[in-house]
Amino acid sequence: MTDQQGIESGELSDFRKGVVDWIKHNTPADPGFLLPQTFMEVGSEQVLSFLREWQHKVWSSGYLGMAWPKEYGGGGMPRILQQIADEEMKKARVPICFNVIGLGWAGPLIIDTGTDFEKETYLKGILSGEDIWCQGFSEPNHGSDLGSIQTRAERDDNEYIINGSKIWTTMGNYAKYMILLARTDSHAERRYNGLSFFLAPMGAKGITTSPIQKLTGDYGFTETFFDNARIPASCLMGEEGHGWRIAMQTLQYERGAEAGAAGGVAILSTVMNDLLRIAKDVQRDGEPLMQDPVTRDNLVKFLIEEQALYLAENRVRIPALCADYPNSVALSTKLRGTEFFRRMRQYALTLQGASSALYVGDDDAVEGGFWQRAYMNNFSTTIGGGTSQIQANIIGEHVLGLPKD
Amino acid sequence: MTRIANLSIEFSDEQAMILASAKDFCRDKSDINAVRALLKSDTGFNSDVWNEMISLGWAGLFLPEQHGGSELNIGATIPLVESMGRHLLSTPFISSTIAAQAIMRGGSEEQQAKWLPAIAEGAIGTMALLDNEDWGATDTSCLLSTKGNNFALQGKKLLVNDAAVADFFLVLTKYQDSIALVIVEATQLAKNAISNRTLVDETKRAANVDFTGVTIESAAILAKGAEILPDVRLIGALLIAAEATGCAAAALDTVVDYLTTRKQFGRLIGSYQSLKHPTVEILIQMDSARTLIYHAATLIGDGKLSEDTEIACRMAKAQAAEALSFAGDRAVQFHGGMGFTYDCDAMLYIRRAQWSQHQYGDPQHHRKLLATLLLD
Repeated sequence: MTDQQGIESGELSDFRKGVVDWIKHNTPADPGFLLPQTFMEVGSEQVLSFLREWQHKVWSSGYLGMAWPKEYGGGGMPRILQQIADEEMKKARVPICFNVIGLGWAGPLIIDTGTDFEKETYLKGILSGEDIWCQGFSEPNHGSDLGSIQTRAERDDNEYIINGSKIWTTMGNYAKYMILLARTDSHAERRYNGLSFFLAPMGAKGITTSPIQKLTGDYGFTETFFDNARIPASCLMGEEGHGWRIAMQTLQYERGAEAGAAGGVAILSTVMNDLLRIAKDVQRDGEPLMQDPVTRDNLVKFLIEEQALYLAENRVRIPALCADYPNSVALSTKLRGTEFFRRMRQYALTLQGASSALYVGDDDAVEGGFWQRAYMNNFSTTIGGGTSQIQANIIGEHVLGLPKD
Repeated sequence: MTRIANLSIEFSDEQAMILASAKDFCRDKSDINAVRALLKSDTGFNSDVWNEMISLGWAGLFLPEQHGGSELNIGATIPLVESMGRHLLSTPFISSTIAAQAIMRGGSEEQQAKWLPAIAEGAIGTMALLDNEDWGATDTSCLLSTKGNNFALQGKKLLVNDAAVADFFLVLTKYQDSIALVIVEATQLAKNAISNRTLVDETKRAANVDFTGVTIESAAILAKGAEILPDVRLIGALLIAAEATGCAAAALDTVVDYLTTRKQFGRLIGSYQSLKHPTVEILIQMDSARTLIYHAATLIGDGKLSEDTEIACRMAKAQAAEALSFAGDRAVQFHGGMGFTYDCDAMLYIRRAQWSQHQYGDPQHHRKLLATLLLD
């Protein structure tokens, strides 16, 4: 991946103009159903085919995978161009590029550490949206404690035999491949050393998925079962026993900026402006709600919190202002951000008055029931990836030095 | 729709150096014993420490070079004031800085030439703004009227910070129908004009001051008093926010110390999530305040404050006051029986919280004004 070197700022602004223009002419019309805000909300064939078509369009127009190698379907261009395209797409609130595990996790991993064969086999399908990827790390009863993984992979000649189950597999029922973490050595001295990393074909015999219905009523995740599933030994990534290290590297892609990611909009976030939009036209006690002093005070509290959240990123860049608790902002971003959105979306329902009772599917629901669904979906972020309560423990122990339970 | 667009935070090498030396200075000069030793003193501060601060050039940090200053802007004092809050180092610094800002922004050349060098050398100024409990008041009953070629003041001001040690006061008054700020020197006050108050925060000093009968020349009327007063109030709010943020961090330190040493039921009490999680909440609230004060410090300049800067100052004050109130309150509670005693340092923070809450407007006041800026 190249850097900004050699690009004139004039070229960049011309490029940006091109993106804006492209967005104007290519953003799809309202499909008549609520589009997902995240890739964890792809629960029907209808939504899937819409998103697939959109991602394919973004890619074939040259605005996805711009910095990925050209020979594997990428654009071979400097990263900065992808950043500009992403910025503009985000701003225009175009639909998400849904193949997130491929674009943001598996893809960068394969580019950085994969063999030529792996690059040849997997990268293009990730970009085009043809090959959907899912992630098989979490297991039932283990939450995000990867060290406790029980799913076994046993070598048998040219194959591995997989047994066990995974949970919270996003798009598990649609995926062609899974990045799979499984135990190849149950006698390893350290439990992390017995893990291996696979690029597993979901079509293999013995792999079944069972969709999980979320509290929103939608689908999006599956539980995935491996019953003597045989996958080619060539699916092993790196060496046997290196799975933990590769998984950690993969998680870095998720957490650390968007360094190797193919680009595209991964999440449609809600901001306070969206909340204020619904507050504008609402009546309460015979008067416009926006005149109510309590409501105003509440809205400003949210605005202050939002501002502090966004500004924190910029403070972190200044070491002198983080000297007391160096990891404080980094380790609390997830807790603060996800909890902010939970409360903010919950408040959006309060603002709607009697209409807050309406849900997705009702013609009169405010913004199609977006907020009702967004509020409940938000729990995927306050629970997934370590619950808010676990996050608070982590911050207490690692930032403040408080004793463990 | 909201107008928040500016998300910048910058911090110069100079500011980093100020922060580093302020941290050392405040820690060395104001350990908890030094703080407690001053609680019952007359002035509330150690004049040797104050003189050292002056000789370090802190009072003139933001003043023009021609008036003995270092020509940074008011944003450069934020790390100083934050450090003072962190160590409960009370001096007339904040009072004097706000008064200096008023003269710098609203004074004529003569007024600046007379007062700014004096401030840089340690003269103490303070604002006399309040007629009553209302920091949001825009009017005053302290009146200015002509008296021959001069002007006479009539009225009292409440809770004037550091009044007993002030060399001069900037008094909010009304001449005919217009608001004015006038400079009154301590020597002009009638005997017994200053009546010290008993404050909940024993590290602070304030008094009611009766200006009735004081005669001033027209040269003592601040040239652009009415014009710059809103900005001066915002600067006051920001400085209090910085001090409160530092103090919230100190309260957090005190809580963390106790939670990592005190055992109950055979366990360090910090291992209990019912104490651990709210302590993390103190950190998060304090961190947000810190982010907001340095954002405001980045935006603020010597000229008229922009709307972005106003938003930033008000957000900073609202957040910092809330953060410190929460931190002080929990600091007392988490110390258990010990927290109920005067010996426990949590007492210092909960009292400071009550003082900071209303200085230059409480959180609700600022949110109310933010609502107008952001929602309408």
